Amino acid sequence: MLGERTIRTLLQDGLRAAPAGETEILLLSTHAALTRFANNTIHQNVATSNVEVAVRTVVGKRVGASVTNRLTPEGLQEAVSRAAAIARVAPEVPDFPGLPEPEPVVAVASFDEAVASASPEWRARQVEEVLRLAESRGALAAGALSTDVAEVAVANSKGVFCYHVGTRIQFRTVVLKEDASGYAERVGWRISAFDPVGVARTAVERAASAQNPRDLPAGTYPVVLEPYAVQDIVSWLGYAGAGALAVQEGRSWMNGRIGTQALSEQVTIWDDGCDPAGIPLPFDFEGVPKQRVVLVEHGVPRGPVYDTVTASKEGKRSTGHALPRAWPEYASLGPIPTNLFMAAGDASTEEMIGRVQRGLWITRFWYTRLVHPRDCVVTGMTRDGTFWIEGGEVAYPVRNLRFTQGYVQALASVERVGAEAWLLGDRFGADRVPRLLLGAFTFTGVTEF
Amino acid sequence: MDELVARALNVAQLRGASYADVRVVETTEQGITVRNGAVAGMSWTEDAGFGVRVLADGAWGFASSHRLELAEVERVVDLAVRIARASARTLREPVDLGSPVIQRGSYRTPVQTDPFAIPIETKLDVLLRADGEMRHVAGVTATEAEMVFIRQRKTFASTEGSLVTQEIVESGCGIEATAVRDGEVQRRSYPNSVGRHQQTRGYEFIVEQDLVGNARRIAEEAVALLSADPCPDEVTTVILGGSQVALQIHESCGHAIELDRVFGYEAAFAGTSFLTPEKLGRFRYGSEVVNITADATLPGGLGTFGWDDEGIPAQRVEIVREGIFVGYLTDRQTARRLLRLLGPSRFVTGESNGTARASGWNRIPIIRMTNINLLPGTWKLEDLIADTDRGIFMDTNRSWSIDDRRLNFQFGCEIAWEIRGGKLTRLLRNPIYTGITPEFWRSCDAVCNADHWVLWGTPNCGKGEPMQVAHTGHGAAPARFRNVRVFGKR
Repeated sequence: MLGERTIRTLLQDGLRAAPAGETEILLLSTHAALTRFANNTIHQNVATSNVEVAVRTVVGKRVGASVTNRLTPEGLQEAVSRAAAIARVAPEVPDFPGLPEPEPVVAVASFDEAVASASPEWRARQVEEVLRLAESRGALAAGALSTDVAEVAVANSKGVFCYHVGTRIQFRTVVLKEDASGYAERVGWRISAFDPVGVARTAVERAASAQNPRDLPAGTYPVVLEPYAVQDIVSWLGYAGAGALAVQEGRSWMNGRIGTQALSEQVTIWDDGCDPAGIPLPFDFEGVPKQRVVLVEHGVPRGPVYDTVTASKEGKRSTGHALPRAWPEYASLGPIPTNLFMAAGDASTEEMIGRVQRGLWITRFWYTRLVHPRDCVVTGMTRDGTFWIEGGEVAYPVRNLRFTQGYVQALASVERVGAEAWLLGDRFGADRVPRLLLGAFTFTGVTEF
Repeated sequence: MDELVARALNVAQLRGASYADVRVVETTEQGITVRNGAVAGMSWTEDAGFGVRVLADGAWGFASSHRLELAEVERVVDLAVRIARASARTLREPVDLGSPVIQRGSYRTPVQTDPFAIPIETKLDVLLRADGEMRHVAGVTATEAEMVFIRQRKTFASTEGSLVTQEIVESGCGIEATAVRDGEVQRRSYPNSVGRHQQTRGYEFIVEQDLVGNARRIAEEAVALLSADPCPDEVTTVILGGSQVALQIHESCGHAIELDRVFGYEAAFAGTSFLTPEKLGRFRYGSEVVNITADATLPGGLGTFGWDDEGIPAQRVEIVREGIFVGYLTDRQTARRLLRLLGPSRFVTGESNGTARASGWNRIPIIRMTNINLLPGTWKLEDLIADTDRGIFMDTNRSWSIDDRRLNFQFGCEIAWEIRGGKLTRLLRNPIYTGITPEFWRSCDAVCNADHWVLWGTPNCGKGEPMQVAHTGHGAAPARFRNVRVFGKR
């Protein structure tokens, strides 16, 4: 770890070296380790250290950016000079609002020394226990256990400086047993109460109960979704339409639905980068404090998240959801919510299954892709344990199904919400979501397994 | 650099590693994105570091760092060896790499025009003019145009005696127009979707794409799609455009032939494969017109290089010959395992065919597609359409999904036309087709000829944990498939 003091000095030196105009420097420092296993053995085991510095320079309304991981004074100086050189030849961005002004950022603790210092031997011991468990049940386990430390800091020439250090521990496994499989995953930032073996046990049990799956025709059925599947829905709604750019361009599922009862009254979704129940980062990559933004309140979409560019177009303040725009892959994505929460309800799994006469209990969705943005129509597969429910009881496992379903319509049909919510890894951050009982979900294809 | 590499290998051996390799990788990337008439991003990215992979106590360890310093080399090698010994706690059998591989030399992507020598103003001018052409079309609500240029220099050295250096250059570009009306959203992209088309070539590749000359057409198509009829729900004949055939190859063949997936190494993330070892040399994957190769020697492909990241020379390998599955993508470890499993044959040598690639200095090499190609057939596209009485022509991918064994797929395209009486007729929106991989490829009865064949680039292939994004190539021409289930958005 570099530490706040060292990083502050580095960034201030960088800003001092910057030419006239506005300059922003973002620093990402990571120490990441991952122990990967398959076929009941560790087969890949890696660690990496990196520090990336991204510079954005604004000359008038011209913006240039550069990124380097060369952390010498010369490396930083070159990055600053290059960003300025790009800005000088860039055309003006007429509606560029300028870099953000300083705002107070409330620090959130999300650092656990035990995660930061987790050794290769510790990770191997945890995985070894998981593998022993799988082997004792005649199954093969595959998956990964990772422990990471990340420092994020943003400074700009208007006086912004914010720093956060956080840890992350993540475990996931697919357990294979004959013609079936099970899945389990958890993410967190504390090592205490993180129990890879306990998590893996649920996957082993799911694989055992999913043996000898039967065929089921495609069709529309009520479904009980485990949190893994619910997270896919919440994540797509966040990524593909809960950012202001998508709404401003008219391609969001929120368009035409803001303020209307578009989803079930039981659905409330918000983004909160400051809640230690998630993986917090209390400011965005422009150094703006993250606001708690309610995206859907009792089934009513309330509006998207903003960065400074999209907020200025509507005369609003950024909600603190900017991505690191200096990287080409994020340059035109717009703001995205990365710390999603879905309100839990009071239903037990048994109660939800008990309410289904003829339907499905689904562990997980896989390889989901957006088919059409306005209803957030998504296609994907079920995986790692799909079961037929009949007369309020789990009857037997079924082969995997392909679905093509509007996720907006899916959440409009929520009948019950589970009492328990799990924190699960997402493409940018992590989401905390419960189980759901949906009245209707459309499956469009079948498989042989 | 030489001292750093030598120190890494020496320290690894001193710490007891039975094998070690080190890769030093320096990448420069220039990205320019124009959105809705304004610059959304202009950036220059430099990334450098080294990774050390060791075998100790029969197991793998890997560590890496961005600090290219001798003291850091020692720390990283120590860590790699320690990680390997931790891995060995669960070892079932020691890693077998086969015979030593000793390669020496250098490779550079041949380019006519160094893309980094072209002024940024010239690139911006092309993007802004293309963007402007699209925005002139009434009904277009959002536009985007982008260029990406990458130069990667890497050195690979191993304790077996290999030392190779490479410089790979990539150029990519793309434009897209979005039209929105009455709750309908339509997008058209050129030359390919998901941002861009890309090759290992110089700026001449960008010039050839003629973004400006194609901008108005795709914008007009996006607007026309808003009022097009929906794709019908039926089983019919489908002709796929070349870029969609490339995507079909990538998802249903390229991933399925990765031998690490077959052996379960990717079971928890990327998935496994239906192409299990007993099928090698005997399974009918496709019809007799289906011939597929993995060819890392093709000029211009995103999977073209001199050596892979285990120091194995680039190769051309048969994957499907006249419809029969005959080859996997292998690395050193999986090639040996396949040999132990099946014994030697004309399909199994125990030697890697050179597909282990890492996305950067901080990732381990894993099996990745090189250029996976459907070889050209004999048809002219206009003749193929004329030969089709009833069907649908679909082009440019919009969505893609396939199950974890690579069997059940569903792909959406940006645009389609109905075929009636051998002619393209009405425009269709939101076309989707679905199928089961071998059934689909067995239904292929025609592939267009070399005049229509393009080496498409896929710069966004995800696999592995931690995630690695690979750049792969896919040579493809339009092809016809019978009895395909199609439908529109539900």
